[in-house]
Amino acid sequence: MAASLGVADYDVAVVGGGLVGVATAWGLAREGCRVVVLDEGDRAVRASRGNFALVWVQSKGLGLAPYAGWTVRSSNAWGGFSDLLKQETGLDVCFQRPGGFHLALSEKELEARADTLKRLHNQPGIVEYKTEILDHSQVARMLPDIGPEVVGGSYCPLDGHVNSLRLFRTLHTAINARGVTYLPGHRVENITREGGEFRLTTAHGEIRAGKVALAAGNANMRLAPMVGLEAPMRPERGQIVVTERLRPFLNYPVVTLRQTDEGTVMIGDSKEESVDPAGLTIGVSATEAERAVRQFPLLANVNVVRTWSAIRVMTQDGFPIYDESETHPGAFTVCCHSGVTLAANHALIIAPMIARGVLDTSLVAPFSARRFHVQEAG
Amino acid sequence: MFKRLADAGTAVAITVDGKPVAARAGDTVAAALLAAGIDHCRTTPVTGAPRAPYCLMGVCFECLVTVDGIGSRQGCLIPVREGMKVETQIGKREAGR
Repeated sequence: MAASLGVADYDVAVVGGGLVGVATAWGLAREGCRVVVLDEGDRAVRASRGNFALVWVQSKGLGLAPYAGWTVRSSNAWGGFSDLLKQETGLDVCFQRPGGFHLALSEKELEARADTLKRLHNQPGIVEYKTEILDHSQVARMLPDIGPEVVGGSYCPLDGHVNSLRLFRTLHTAINARGVTYLPGHRVENITREGGEFRLTTAHGEIRAGKVALAAGNANMRLAPMVGLEAPMRPERGQIVVTERLRPFLNYPVVTLRQTDEGTVMIGDSKEESVDPAGLTIGVSATEAERAVRQFPLLANVNVVRTWSAIRVMTQDGFPIYDESETHPGAFTVCCHSGVTLAANHALIIAPMIARGVLDTSLVAPFSARRFHVQEAG
Repeated sequence: MFKRLADAGTAVAITVDGKPVAARAGDTVAAALLAAGIDHCRTTPVTGAPRAPYCLMGVCFECLVTVDGIGSRQGCLIPVREGMKVETQIGKREAGR
């Protein structure tokens, strides 16, 4: 039987409408691709609605040096990325890059921090950038409201933050303006490759596309094997405490605490094994708040207006996965924890590779899921 | 806009933004502001729109004021006290107050 000539509806189907999916879809549309984004409905686990919104560099890459370079690259591209989005949509995602802090509440914490950074930056082939260890008085010159228990911290000038809900909205506006088809309520049940094109099964019918980019967060674990790929994930839960809006007092984001462009203070970096997105562990919120008050005593009588928990997208080892399928050419995984930080790379580097149909191994080979199979890794 | 009932309680002296206001025993801060004809008690943190006490039962958070140096207090839940210093809250609250 002659293979039917594929007449795909789209050049690329992006599975997942979160930050990774829409950043990739926007990049693909900029390359001239006809793109469809297949998303779940409102009841899906929405990591992109609950994240902490840091564009963060310091301490990333311990255990996989190229991840540090990949992160620095995105951080450096972020300003241009947000300018492009503003040109296309008129929306400001409030990207700021004043540098950022880790704060230590004991000498032991500060030593552990210094040790982690030393091991990170001693790795062979690590990208060069500066993270300084500062004592209390050095930190106090930049963060005058720290409490007496803050013994010091680390500062990296490449760190920044963004309004991530605005980023999410802006990317959706941008893909819409570029003619990308966004289909919510289209959970992908199955993917096959026939006649040189992919067929994606949903409850609302079949979508045909020349290529597939899996950007479905933790759900990539389920989807990747359908196209001969793998995405080992270990979702974890984080909790965030949100205060009323306050006059600006915090000029730099801290990894556990930041003040948004509109004055709100967000607190939290908890990690729990639980994957129930509806649950909230009060003790965890209490600990986050207690540490925040020790770091910045002026927060003691500030009103908390919200708390929430959200599920982190997390690969088994915490590093990104970018792969092209050997058995299903044209199928790609775009999978990572840091959908905000890496958004610039996904839009401006990964998407053009997918548009060309070939991943540039000089950039992304270290992020293949083949690393999870030590015996087979070349 | 509002007129006090004839049998309102005994006088309690408070200040609003430093100016003396004659409240009555049993008033909440929000009621005292309304009775004194003060038409807004704060402006919103982002757009600066004026806001006045609304629900008077602790739900709407429109009546936030600074009371004796503590910001974002719900005026409708706090009874007046002799010598109390109330300040209207302009825009975002200042952390630490």
